[in-house]
Amino acid sequence: MQTLRDLKKGEYAIIQEISDNSLKLKLMEMGCIPGEIIKLSHIAPLGDPIAIEVQGYKLSLRLSEAGSIMIEKTDTEISKNKTTTF
Amino acid sequence: MRDAGDTILKVAITGNPNCGKTSVFNALTGLNQQVGNYAGTTVDKKTGVLAYNKTQQARIIDLPGTYSIYPRSKDEEIAIDVIINPQSKEASDIILVVCDASNLKRNLLYYSQVADLGKPVILVLTMMDIAKKKGLEINLVLLSLHLGVKVVAVNPRNGDGFDKLKDAIFNTGHLTQNKLIDIYNLAPQLIEEVKKDHPNYTDFQCFLNLYKTQREKLDDVLSEETIKRYAAIKEVLADCVHQKNLKQSEFSNNLDKILTHKIGGYLIFLFILFIIFESIFSISKFPMLWIQQSFTWFGNYFAQHFPEGPLNNLLVNGVIAGLSGVIVFLPQIVLLFAFIAILEDTGYMSRVSFMMDKLMRRVGMNGKSVVPLMSGVACAVPSIMATRSIENWKERIITIMVIPLMSCSARLPVYTLLISMIAPDKTLWGLFNVQGLILMGMYLVGFFSAIAAAWVMKLVIRAKEKNYFILELPTYKAPRLKNILITLVEKSRTFVWEAGKVIVAVSVILWLAASFGPGQSFTKIEEKYKTDFYLNNFSEKEINTFQKSEKLFASYAGHFGRIIEPIIKPLGFDWKIGIALFSSLAAREVFVGTMATIYNLGDDSNSMNIRERMMEERDPVTLKPKYTVTVAFSLMLFYAFALQCISTIATVYKETKTWKWATIQFLYTSGLAYLVSLVVYQLFK
Repeated sequence: MQTLRDLKKGEYAIIQEISDNSLKLKLMEMGCIPGEIIKLSHIAPLGDPIAIEVQGYKLSLRLSEAGSIMIEKTDTEISKNKTTTF
Repeated sequence: MRDAGDTILKVAITGNPNCGKTSVFNALTGLNQQVGNYAGTTVDKKTGVLAYNKTQQARIIDLPGTYSIYPRSKDEEIAIDVIINPQSKEASDIILVVCDASNLKRNLLYYSQVADLGKPVILVLTMMDIAKKKGLEINLVLLSLHLGVKVVAVNPRNGDGFDKLKDAIFNTGHLTQNKLIDIYNLAPQLIEEVKKDHPNYTDFQCFLNLYKTQREKLDDVLSEETIKRYAAIKEVLADCVHQKNLKQSEFSNNLDKILTHKIGGYLIFLFILFIIFESIFSISKFPMLWIQQSFTWFGNYFAQHFPEGPLNNLLVNGVIAGLSGVIVFLPQIVLLFAFIAILEDTGYMSRVSFMMDKLMRRVGMNGKSVVPLMSGVACAVPSIMATRSIENWKERIITIMVIPLMSCSARLPVYTLLISMIAPDKTLWGLFNVQGLILMGMYLVGFFSAIAAAWVMKLVIRAKEKNYFILELPTYKAPRLKNILITLVEKSRTFVWEAGKVIVAVSVILWLAASFGPGQSFTKIEEKYKTDFYLNNFSEKEINTFQKSEKLFASYAGHFGRIIEPIIKPLGFDWKIGIALFSSLAAREVFVGTMATIYNLGDDSNSMNIRERMMEERDPVTLKPKYTVTVAFSLMLFYAFALQCISTIATVYKETKTWKWATIQFLYTSGLAYLVSLVVYQLFK
């Protein structure tokens, strides 16, 4: 399965699950819930950390954390209209 | 304080970080605020009073921002304790949950947790204008119906909605909120078990009790709880919020493209740093001079107009001198914190953390360490307090441990004096001032040694938990002047108090040590200068200065200086510098004043004169100048590394709650200082 690390800038994906139990709760509280559509919006100048758009706001996390978020890539055009900004 | 029989409503304000919580607090209480500390911590406890009418008042407490009822950082722990612990001193009657309307879903997660605690709540919505710009239309009536609580939208910038909010605060007495999810069914057996011991707990209170005592049993249940809460919130919002036209906040996005650009991002950050330091040194020069002059004037006035004697001397040379040593740095600190407050308020600081995280991580720190390290250039005390936002224990400890290596402003007078002795005030290639270059070099020494020390500690300190960096990047906002001003007043107050207490106390002790000597030694000196030989051959002023320097030699401080002389001799320091090193423990800049006293200058502590006097100083044996370039460098490097600051030690103790780290920090910095000075002096003498 792919993880958030595999997403390229500007691409969308649906969160499947979070594999790291120690981060699971924190990530979910910040809005990374399975089924949620996210977009990779920024990559820090040194390639790490990254920033995603989730639940209508920007969240930055390290690649190591992104690696524990299982995703399924989705079509950009369709996702654009599906994401909510609130 | 009001009578015990009088009931004053207790209100707590809570919410996510960046939700505008503090603006709401400021708007409700105005300048009617008090800052204290939570028992046993250095975390600011902000309280204020809101008067509704003649008889009804509320005491409002502004809690640190938190994302969840399950705390992760020191700040969050305190906020949550006030809310969930009924025994907390600050336990409140009503909880205001502030939510950012432009980021409602995630903000409501925390609301839904707080609502389940079983206390009356009011939902306060901020940033309605930003939500509108995003194309969101929020139906407040429907939202209020769904949640079963009063929902008030406010705008702290123009005061809209605050009358309604005040009405709501004084007319909400009982529980009305609807349950969004069924807590009981998440863990029925576990909850029943807790209920045996605590029959009056609500389901969620049982749940939190479990979290505190048997967290491992809840692992899966907790994520299920969060998923359910989000699902319930989504359902509510689907009914109450309408998205008119899908508009991402273009402005924020475009700004991010520039400010976090691969190369441009760092250049802009460096440029901002340059502007900050440039203005700190150029602008604050003047107020610092005024402060110094007014203290000198006040001291002289005091000395002349009050009866002479030890008490007068203690107040003038002990207390007033000590106070001036603190206050004089206030302009620099206020300026630096003004810049940092503006950068934080606009949302830029979290971008800096974002860009710097990878670099900081290599040396065991965190993107969030950048702000504390930057503030370290002004003063280590508030910087160490600022590390509280770093959730990870190891990254936070490393940041705390290396902050004192950053060149704080108390080192500046020491550097200025010593550099002016060894380097010409010349300009190289029409661009670089030689003295300025050396000064910059000293700052770089501080910065790079902090980085190196952090790297070593990364290898040595064992991690307690997995580190992570999960940080919200808030949308850019115009800075809110009122918030910034209030922050500045608070920071300055904390600095003057925290550092002031210690500096004044140590100044008094030092004064005592320098003003008294064992046995009859002082009386003998006084008698010696009363003989005809001195009275006939020297002016009163000369006799005074002779007497002063001889007394210092005979004083307890002088004895102490000579006791440590053998230890510091290999670094090129004599007993006089020894006294100055010791007295620097109050605050490093005391070095200049102590040198002035030692070198017979008495009250005339103009640094030009000290400089000339120190340059004339000869080695008693070789008769060569005492302050060679090597000695000056050895001394400057000693100051660059050594933790000669009791306020810092006290703050580290309070923040880490153990002497262990304060001790380790003191020992490693002192060891480093000694070693570097030794090597420099022995190699180049």
